[in-house]
Amino acid sequence: MFRMTGAEVLIRLLERQGIQTIPGIPGGANLPIYDALSRSPVIRHVLARHEQGAGFMAQGMARVTGRPQVFFATSGPGATNTLTALADAKLDSVPVICITGQVPRSMIGTDAFQEVDIYGMSIPATKHNFLVRCVEELVQIIPEAFRIAASGRPGPVLVDIPKDVQTAEIDISSWPDPGLAEAPKAVAMQDVENAARMINTAERPMFYLGGGVIQSGASALARTFAEKAGLPTVMTLMGLGGIPSGHPLSLGMLGMHAAPCANLALEECDLLIAAGVRFDDRATGKVEEFCPGAKIIHMDIDPAELGKIRPAHQALVGDVGQALQALIPRLEARNRGPWLERVRTLKTDHPMRLSGSENPRSGYGVVLEAARLAGPQAVVATDVGQHQMRAAQAYPFDTPRRWLTSGGLGTMGFGLPAAIGAALARPDLPVICFSGDGSLLMNIQEMATAVEQGVNVKIVLTNNNALGLVRQQQQLFYEGNLFASDYGYAVDFLRIAQGFGMQTLNLDQSADPSGDLERIFNEPGPGLIHLTVDAGDNVYPMVPPGAANSEMIEGEEHADVCA
Amino acid sequence: MQTSVLEKATSEKGHCSTVLELNVRNHPGVMTHICGLFARRAYNVEGIACMPLGTGTTSRAWLLINEDERLEQVVKQVEKLQDVLEVRRHAGGHAVFENLGPFFRP
Repeated sequence: MFRMTGAEVLIRLLERQGIQTIPGIPGGANLPIYDALSRSPVIRHVLARHEQGAGFMAQGMARVTGRPQVFFATSGPGATNTLTALADAKLDSVPVICITGQVPRSMIGTDAFQEVDIYGMSIPATKHNFLVRCVEELVQIIPEAFRIAASGRPGPVLVDIPKDVQTAEIDISSWPDPGLAEAPKAVAMQDVENAARMINTAERPMFYLGGGVIQSGASALARTFAEKAGLPTVMTLMGLGGIPSGHPLSLGMLGMHAAPCANLALEECDLLIAAGVRFDDRATGKVEEFCPGAKIIHMDIDPAELGKIRPAHQALVGDVGQALQALIPRLEARNRGPWLERVRTLKTDHPMRLSGSENPRSGYGVVLEAARLAGPQAVVATDVGQHQMRAAQAYPFDTPRRWLTSGGLGTMGFGLPAAIGAALARPDLPVICFSGDGSLLMNIQEMATAVEQGVNVKIVLTNNNALGLVRQQQQLFYEGNLFASDYGYAVDFLRIAQGFGMQTLNLDQSADPSGDLERIFNEPGPGLIHLTVDAGDNVYPMVPPGAANSEMIEGEEHADVCA
Repeated sequence: MQTSVLEKATSEKGHCSTVLELNVRNHPGVMTHICGLFARRAYNVEGIACMPLGTGTTSRAWLLINEDERLEQVVKQVEKLQDVLEVRRHAGGHAVFENLGPFFRP
């Protein structure tokens, strides 16, 4: 029998869950937790510079490891600062657990100093949340939070702990089992048989693969499935890495900034096999005109996704990996030569055009050069904007769980802290963070954390001194009325990074860009690589928001129109 | 004869209504979790009745809602809530709200 405080119980339960690193920021209402954490022999605390940064670090750790990760914040502003990171984790199904301090129970509801109703505020931003009402409850809630975060479709959980619950004492005679993901319910075999029959009789099937495949750890199965059935494959932004970019069946990403061949092939398919996707509007375009002639098989672990946007002719409810495993032995050898030939022709005639890709001082070239230098094992984090779409279009994806991007929420400021988190969880891997000037400024304070922790993160900043994707939409869809999308003052990112103690490389003034890049990539620790790009250089192809994917604007066509 | 709550909802707005019966864990946040799902979809809950069951560890909540094309999705979302143990659907004329009619005269 041990007598412990709530804070000590919490830390012990987190240790028992296997937590090794916790990013966070202390404050008045979580000081007992920090006091207990200081005595943990196994958990290392990483002091973030903003609670949103701490949340994205936890996300980076969770996205690369696939395991739930924890971050800490105090009450009030500390707690509200976590909300964007939580909402981001909800939309991208990332298992993170946010533990906030709260004012003591007797002061809840009195507008006490740094009191906010984070329980109420975080309901729509989390998969589930708790306000711990007594120390006895805490012992049950922590394993439960881990079980919920990891089970089924993963997601964020918030646990709000009043300060007097942290200091209350409890006698512990035995510990509850750590909370683990529940085994998913088996896929109905009748559904599998029906789906297999649809695949075997299809003439022009396509495979549409999303983040659920990565979450399920089913990338190898997805590849086997695609190869055995001869399925041209497209991936969502979250599904990149599901099968390697260079695979002959891969058409890369689909949707708003896809290679034209990917969207054109989808137009022609007669069966769409959707795995771990949610028919997001950035992927489907105008959904009524998405794959107009296709029947749909939709497999997902979340029953609410089935039929949410597009009704499926055959739904498979359950783990995508188990569904694919059941389908693979039921696939019949089919000659899909004419269809594969047609898709090859589309690929040849309508490829992704990566203009300037030979030049490491271009938006695409710097992505490819960084990929070459970091190697196939690298983790790639991005912020949100043109640089993100260029990386999605050009990066040679090879391995799942190495591509960290804010897909659903599209959160500028995600990249740097997520990259730091990835580097903390996988110090053995190089980490690249592709960013833009707009995004980088939104969590630039975490440069201090990166330097303090000595993480091996190389930020590749393509700087157009503008909000590029906004500017692009204004140019294309608002009669060129550029408003509030160009910055009036150009900050000096190199001096900022140097001020934080970071090594820097200015590609603008480099006589030997490839050589200089290689040198900075070989240098361990964080660094900023700066490259000026033209704000008028748009990302193409582009499907106008709300339009069908067949209505892509291609760069050269647009150039003709302008001329 | 007294016009019931249900009939009024149906006749005034011309909607078909549905009654959802939810078994839920009984704690201070559970109704906010449920109502939030409807609120964020601008989907009105026309009637609510909730009472604890037995020892009070669980409660039963009855919701009266108008049927529209979002109903299937919102029911699936309600089923996903951790504190919702069971969801049953009934036709709009269920006795639970019929019998509450006398308490809701203008």
